Amino acid sequence: MAEEVSVREAYGKALLELGMENHDVVVLDADLSRSTMTAFFAREFPERFFECGIAEQNMIGIAAGMAASGKIPFASTFAVFVPGRCFDQVRMSIAQPGLNVKLVTTHGGLSVGEDGTSHQSIEDLSLICSLPGFTVIVPADAIETTEAVKAAAAHLGPFYIRLCRPKLPLVYGDDYRFKLGKAVVMRQGGDATIIAIGLMVQSALDAARNLEREGIYCRVLNMSTLKPIDEAAIVQAAAETRAIVTAEEHLEHGGLGSLVAQVVVRHQPVPMEFVAIKDTYAKSGKPSELLERYGLTEKDIERAVKLALAKKR
Amino acid sequence: MVKKSLPEMGGSKSTSATSAEAEVFSLSASVAEMEAMAKKLRRHIITMIGKAGSGHPGGSLSAVEILTALYFKLMRHKPQDPHWEDRDRFILSKGHAAPLLYAVLAECGYFPVEELLTLRQLDSRLQGHTDRTITPGVEMSAGSLGQGLSFALGVALAGRLDGQDYRVYVLLGDGECNEGQVWEAAMAASHYSVDNLTAIVDNNGQQIDGWNCDVMSLDPFAAKWQAFGWRVIEVDGHSIPRLIAAFKEAQKVKGQPVVIIAHTVKGKGVSFMENNPDFHGTAPNTMEVEFALKELA
Repeated sequence: MAEEVSVREAYGKALLELGMENHDVVVLDADLSRSTMTAFFAREFPERFFECGIAEQNMIGIAAGMAASGKIPFASTFAVFVPGRCFDQVRMSIAQPGLNVKLVTTHGGLSVGEDGTSHQSIEDLSLICSLPGFTVIVPADAIETTEAVKAAAAHLGPFYIRLCRPKLPLVYGDDYRFKLGKAVVMRQGGDATIIAIGLMVQSALDAARNLEREGIYCRVLNMSTLKPIDEAAIVQAAAETRAIVTAEEHLEHGGLGSLVAQVVVRHQPVPMEFVAIKDTYAKSGKPSELLERYGLTEKDIERAVKLALAKKR
Repeated sequence: MVKKSLPEMGGSKSTSATSAEAEVFSLSASVAEMEAMAKKLRRHIITMIGKAGSGHPGGSLSAVEILTALYFKLMRHKPQDPHWEDRDRFILSKGHAAPLLYAVLAECGYFPVEELLTLRQLDSRLQGHTDRTITPGVEMSAGSLGQGLSFALGVALAGRLDGQDYRVYVLLGDGECNEGQVWEAAMAASHYSVDNLTAIVDNNGQQIDGWNCDVMSLDPFAAKWQAFGWRVIEVDGHSIPRLIAAFKEAQKVKGQPVVIIAHTVKGKGVSFMENNPDFHGTAPNTMEVEFALKELA
């Protein structure tokens, strides 16, 4: 098992480094800086850190005004609150004018665990991807998180990065260089392709390894840039492996599965299966229990691959 | 009738955004000149909305003197260089008063006055509600109420961080203050002790469904702002000299934000629109445009 590292800590450290390099970087938080780890930046650069209190809508507006004045604001809270609680503010104050605001949210998905439904963000990717002009990233580990934060700062325009609460096994080495808008082939295979994001990338790799023992060879793609999605990689995978399974810690509708299906249907129709939460809210529980209960484990991916293969034959 | 009014809407200067030579707008207008300008702006508003066939005359007419005082007497700005770094910023939070802002910007020379007649047409730079991406001089895309004070606070904090001395003005509607985000921003502006931010509330007393007190009472309005840590200045929002005095007083306040509660009349200047919520978001018909322009002659 690979070493497990906190993606939130990686974010906090990346932000700190960014703050040293670029004095236009400002950070906003809504009373969760010790959870989102923006507290590292706050300690080092108090004059460029803006605590907004428990008022997410206002935080979005302040960030937009700062971006309109040449700053590069990073605004953070839990994924369930941004974009959910302040969708219209994100829409009108950031997306429509295309302002250079970076929204980096943590505690995305079910893996937030025991806090339960109110804190489990399972719709955020659908919401944020619906907004024209947003770039959306879901990193697979701490190393990719650091890279994504750098990419966000270098990119001009609205940006969303979704992180999860638990530590994640490293799927990359230190030499990894993130390319915006490019899927990464994590493993080669010709029988089917598993396209995953976030913590599901490791599960996809585990599933592929297990399936190989049964003689099923899966390609695994990390689709960390959810928007704009890497159409070429999807079309190539569909053409070469003729079956696709998506895996995400999100509702089945509107997230990775929907986005991939749209590309597949338009350019290269092949059988697809979707590993995601099925149109329901979840409950309190340990992250591992929840992932199992709601069908987000490597076993679920293996089953989905076999279903897709059955439709192919 | 709309066509007949065209010549009187003239007097535009063509705009070309070359920042180096762009001049700071002259703020030498007399009160009499500004009062004449206010009347002209009202004629623009009626003509534009009449031609467009939709729009919000009531809340545009109530804020005419507020914007006249700001753009013709108080704000440092360069119409030929809308992105000039040192400009004072005006943020229209009540985005439905876009026709008023467009009329003011055109009269200042941000774009040709003739363009006002394209309001709300397909491909026009003058959208139904403000769009900062296409209209010279428009600082914020507004129209969804309650977002402007937060945005203005962000602009004010950024200016302070950079040591810039620009001032930020933001115009809210009184009905808009139903929105919770306004009070989130009010709390934060006071928490951050910003004194380069002045909010103005166009307190015309009405919103779409009727009088504020019947729809959602704001009272005690001034006390609310005071309780949130703001200095409150109340003023007759149709008296240009009093507005100017209020803005100058606001500039002197240190360590806290200032709100100017401008007591105004919705639909001001057109008898049948005054205090008539029917003209919040309804365009005058051809005959009503004619009557209104006669009253504003």
